[in-house]
Amino acid sequence: MFDALQAFLSTFLFDWLAILITLVIQTVVVVLPIMLVVAWLTYAERKVIGFMQVRMGPNRVGPLGLLQPIADALKLMTKEVIFPDQANKYLFIIAPILALAPAVAAWAVIPFADGMVVADVNAGLLYILAVTSIIVYGTIVAGWASNSKYAFLGALRGSAQKISYEIAMGFALVTVLMISGSMNLTDIVNGQQGGMLNWYLLPLLPMFFVYFISGLAETNRTPFDVIEGEAEIVAGFHVDYSGMTFGVFMLAEYAMMILISFMTAIMFLGGWLSPFEGIPVLETMFAWVPQLGWLAFKVSLLLFIFLWLRATFPRYRYDQLMRLGWKVLIPLTILWVFVVGAMKYFSFGPWFN
Amino acid sequence: MTFELFIFYLLATIASLSGLMMITVKDPVKAALWLVLAFISTAGVWITAQAEFLGLVLILVYVGAVMVLFLFVVMMLDINLAILKEGFTKYLPIGGMVIISISAMMYLVLGPDNFGLDVTGEPVLHPADYSNTKAIGLELYTVHAYAFILAAVLLLLGIVAAITLALRRRSTGEVRYQNIDKQVKTQASERFKMVKMKSVVEEPIKLKEKPEEEDEK
Repeated sequence: MFDALQAFLSTFLFDWLAILITLVIQTVVVVLPIMLVVAWLTYAERKVIGFMQVRMGPNRVGPLGLLQPIADALKLMTKEVIFPDQANKYLFIIAPILALAPAVAAWAVIPFADGMVVADVNAGLLYILAVTSIIVYGTIVAGWASNSKYAFLGALRGSAQKISYEIAMGFALVTVLMISGSMNLTDIVNGQQGGMLNWYLLPLLPMFFVYFISGLAETNRTPFDVIEGEAEIVAGFHVDYSGMTFGVFMLAEYAMMILISFMTAIMFLGGWLSPFEGIPVLETMFAWVPQLGWLAFKVSLLLFIFLWLRATFPRYRYDQLMRLGWKVLIPLTILWVFVVGAMKYFSFGPWFN
Repeated sequence: MTFELFIFYLLATIASLSGLMMITVKDPVKAALWLVLAFISTAGVWITAQAEFLGLVLILVYVGAVMVLFLFVVMMLDINLAILKEGFTKYLPIGGMVIISISAMMYLVLGPDNFGLDVTGEPVLHPADYSNTKAIGLELYTVHAYAFILAAVLLLLGIVAAITLALRRRSTGEVRYQNIDKQVKTQASERFKMVKMKSVVEEPIKLKEKPEEEDEK
């Protein structure tokens, strides 16, 4: 994104130092807005669920309660971080970092608009899959290091659930890969050009649902939040965390939610492409909307579904949850890999040509 | 020093140090976590060598799945380290001999004679749009297709064998299974029955008449 800056810096600095400074600036430019979105996503969540349950939600701090996230952040930062007596100090501190770091690192390959991407790598899809698979360690290390039965049970449940749903998620990504013929996320979006019918949503409709459901399970959102299960195991893997260490877990969860929404929008909903492409009047009417605007619109729609589901569904029972992952989603994805193969063989529709 | 070289040395140092920590640290859980770090930094080294597919798959498969399952096992075992360390001095000479012989073999195969640009040839520097994934895929599914399928069948065999070994078959009368399909599809009418009945009106308490008669009975 910042080739000009790097070229300018390298005129009077060491090459590697210029690259390093550019990388740091790029990281800040990408991560800072995401953290802000995370902050106000928590506000949106409380407000949306509030309205769904016919109450006001936060409305005290600032106009309409809009400054609530700042108050929350200040509260978490000023609270004491308590270390349990028998806990493993190093791992106890490392666990929240392990949860957050992959959720942030994955953003390196996410394109926000055509060409607006930190690293336009070939294996973008694989990179996302690999990096998000590390998130399990945040959970499992937190559960073990706390030296508490509740935390450990939550961690075991949560990590078993995550690695199970990762398989379905990986297969869903394989079908996207088959249809687009590329693992580069920019190429995947550009392959969906030409109006809503050309989006990968239609040929991969079951995969869209599989991916989104697996995304819910990966981020431990309701109805898959057995990892926290307040009724049975207090707060699951982060019972013993307080103050900012707890806040970092929250940051990671919401950053992952946004990441999953971005991935769904990019792979199935045409990314930054306008839904009115090819429709005579509407296309010119909405020509002013920037690419980032469309992507943000789709992502917020998906994020709203995340919140909506939380307000709607009760928690899954653990055996039913595992059954859904292994006996429903994985066979469906394997079947759909063959269906997509057949569609490709017969050059079906506007997607395979 | 170029940036790539800097990254390579950084990752290589982390990889060797974490490998060393993995075999020296006492706690098996910590050892497994050091191994994870070694995997991740090795994957980074591979990616700097333009083998991004292998590096990412290493993270995805080994770090994301295998090591998690391994951690599960290690965390749940109640390992008594004192017993494990018993007889360390007794077995030290044998262990030392094994170490020396393995090191010697590794030196013969991996020693400096077998490496260097004059042995392996200058590595090809690929342009930015080179896809390592595509190159590996083409090789695997064309030239080495049979070997690839054979490997897949072997893995499947391993899975089936492991399941059969661990399977404990019990008669159907002994074990009760839940029919989750039935549970999921259940309706309120199957679980909840509305019964119409007249409201029970409590009779006003009457004073007991002739308590003496009760006693006689």
